[in-house]
Amino acid sequence: MNVAGLRRACLPAVVVAVMVSAHATASAETIRVTIKAFRFSPVEVAARVGDTIEWANEDFVAHTATARSGEWEVAIPRGEVGRLIVDESSGEWDYFCRFHPQMTGRVVVAD
Amino acid sequence: MLARLIGFAAAITMLFGVANVYAADLNDTQIAHIAYTAGQIDIAAAELALEKSSNEDVRRFAENMVSDHTAVNEQALALVEKLGVTPEDNETSQTLSKQADLKRAELAGLSGPAFDRAYVENEVAYHQAVNDALANLLIPAASNEELKALLSTGLEIFTGHQQHAENVLEMIQ
Repeated sequence: MNVAGLRRACLPAVVVAVMVSAHATASAETIRVTIKAFRFSPVEVAARVGDTIEWANEDFVAHTATARSGEWEVAIPRGEVGRLIVDESSGEWDYFCRFHPQMTGRVVVAD
Repeated sequence: MLARLIGFAAAITMLFGVANVYAADLNDTQIAHIAYTAGQIDIAAAELALEKSSNEDVRRFAENMVSDHTAVNEQALALVEKLGVTPEDNETSQTLSKQADLKRAELAGLSGPAFDRAYVENEVAYHQAVNDALANLLIPAASNEELKALLSTGLEIFTGHQQHAENVLEMIQ
């Protein structure tokens, strides 16, 4: 491949990187899940890379949001809020409360 | 009612080795005392685990038992204060405490992975028995609605504890 070809090949990747970055900084949102009476509500949320998901615990005991895959866990003390910043890992994440595993939820992440 | 009594007797037998419990005679102040006592027993077991275990999963479980049962018992104390009643000691509470002392002494004689396994296995069985007793006898027998609601919340929390204990047991086997 000559130099001009290399430049052409690289260009789309650069543009995509800028677009992702612009999305992450300009339109990042905070998505709230409320925990009350041992339920995540809503049970399923949709997020984009760069968004923050926050779990507000209205119960009188502590909970967690723990990815079924084991890749992340958010501590959510009683009466407090736990936060997760969605990084570059798009996909679907089933999660549960480690302390009360009958509590389940899902995060669906798009790029 | 017979089925409830049999279910409760089975749960109590499993836990405490006695079948002769006259559950139908329990009143609200006794039910509150039994529930509170059951919580304190699990806190004491967890404190023993925190003294003896170095397994991270076991310790996290035990820390949560202390935290959750303390929180539930605080709610129970607040309720009895609000209602102006005094939890009444009774034969079931006393039997619970005696059997728990024996179990704790047995666990105290173990160490390392043997302790971890025995502690968590007992947590599975203990929560199962308490949950059976709550669902089949104590909640139906409670007459005060606020007490019934708190016991139901307790059942929800302790059902989670049973599952959590089962998960920890899988991890340490």
